Amino acid sequence: MKCRRCGGEAVLELRRHNAAFCAADFLEFFRNQVREAIRRHRMFTREEPVLVAVSGGKDSLALWDVLIGEGYRTTGLYLDLGIFDYSQESRARCERFAAERGAPLQVVRVADAVGAPVPVIKDVTRRPPCSGCGLSKRYLMNRVALEGGFPVVATGHNLDDEAATLFGSVMHWQTDALARQGPALPSTHPKLVRRVKPLYRLTERETAAYAFLRGIDYIVEECPFAAGATSIAHKELLNRMEEASPGTKHTFLFGFLDRARAAFERADPVPLQECTRCGQVTTGAVCAFCKLADQVKRAG
Amino acid sequence: MKVILRNPRREVEVRGGRRVREVLRELQIVPETVLVIRGDTLVTADQVVNDDDVLELRPVMSGGAR
Repeated sequence: MKCRRCGGEAVLELRRHNAAFCAADFLEFFRNQVREAIRRHRMFTREEPVLVAVSGGKDSLALWDVLIGEGYRTTGLYLDLGIFDYSQESRARCERFAAERGAPLQVVRVADAVGAPVPVIKDVTRRPPCSGCGLSKRYLMNRVALEGGFPVVATGHNLDDEAATLFGSVMHWQTDALARQGPALPSTHPKLVRRVKPLYRLTERETAAYAFLRGIDYIVEECPFAAGATSIAHKELLNRMEEASPGTKHTFLFGFLDRARAAFERADPVPLQECTRCGQVTTGAVCAFCKLADQVKRAG
Repeated sequence: MKVILRNPRREVEVRGGRRVREVLRELQIVPETVLVIRGDTLVTADQVVNDDDVLELRPVMSGGAR
């Protein structure tokens, strides 16, 4: 197979683009997709400080690598979930990545903020582990960004993540979630920072290939709690459809963003207020994060 | 030839002298879900692999609370 750009030996075939690329031209293709995402959704400017949420996995480290290369003002944020060896190893990879590039990295322990690490939160809440984990991550990303003066948080969500989320929302007709899903979520309250996903145009196979070809030492092992997660089941289904018909995931997600999302946007948005306990933004009197911390405290 | 699989890490022996695509089919792996690594580079599904090659099939899927 030959590279579409230079005719040299290809290292990766992208069936959805009916193309294959050599390593150098694939890396440029990848960066161009990130540039296009940032430009199209006005995600951030070169002057703004960007907080990049990193997990030690392929997506977030690939994202940080591209943004550093493009000259953006980035700071990494690693949220230590306290998930045994997995968290220790992923944290070490983030620290090494940051040190090699001279990039600033902030580390926040979920256990310090909530009162217990994710495995304990899972037991206390008796809900799927991803539930309390996701809630804590979204809350802490916003709080750390606000406290540090970052107007925007960038995450490593890729096309597969977004297509799987969309699939899950459609399967349950979660119309509120459909209205909120997108590559760039604006700030809808002075205490909510923007959230952007510059990798949403790239599949996870492409982000993995970028990380590998750039020599990024990322954690290949999966979170021990992710086994059986609904998002993975949805990704497997979508990949089977992709295999039969290349471009399916792309068409599903981009068709939604271009033609369907607007239909779900509410004319009367949910009123937001500040949590009476922590001051962060919520729809009720006390936010879900404070309620979770209370629950952990009571169980302790 | 030796094929290294991950999560959990294990090794299997398969016949070489054929294309990567056929190796993936035998192992019932959807090509979209892995990187195919030989040495320090990636190889496409149409590449022929030999009995003395070592291939790593690295999964690309991650899940949970992203």
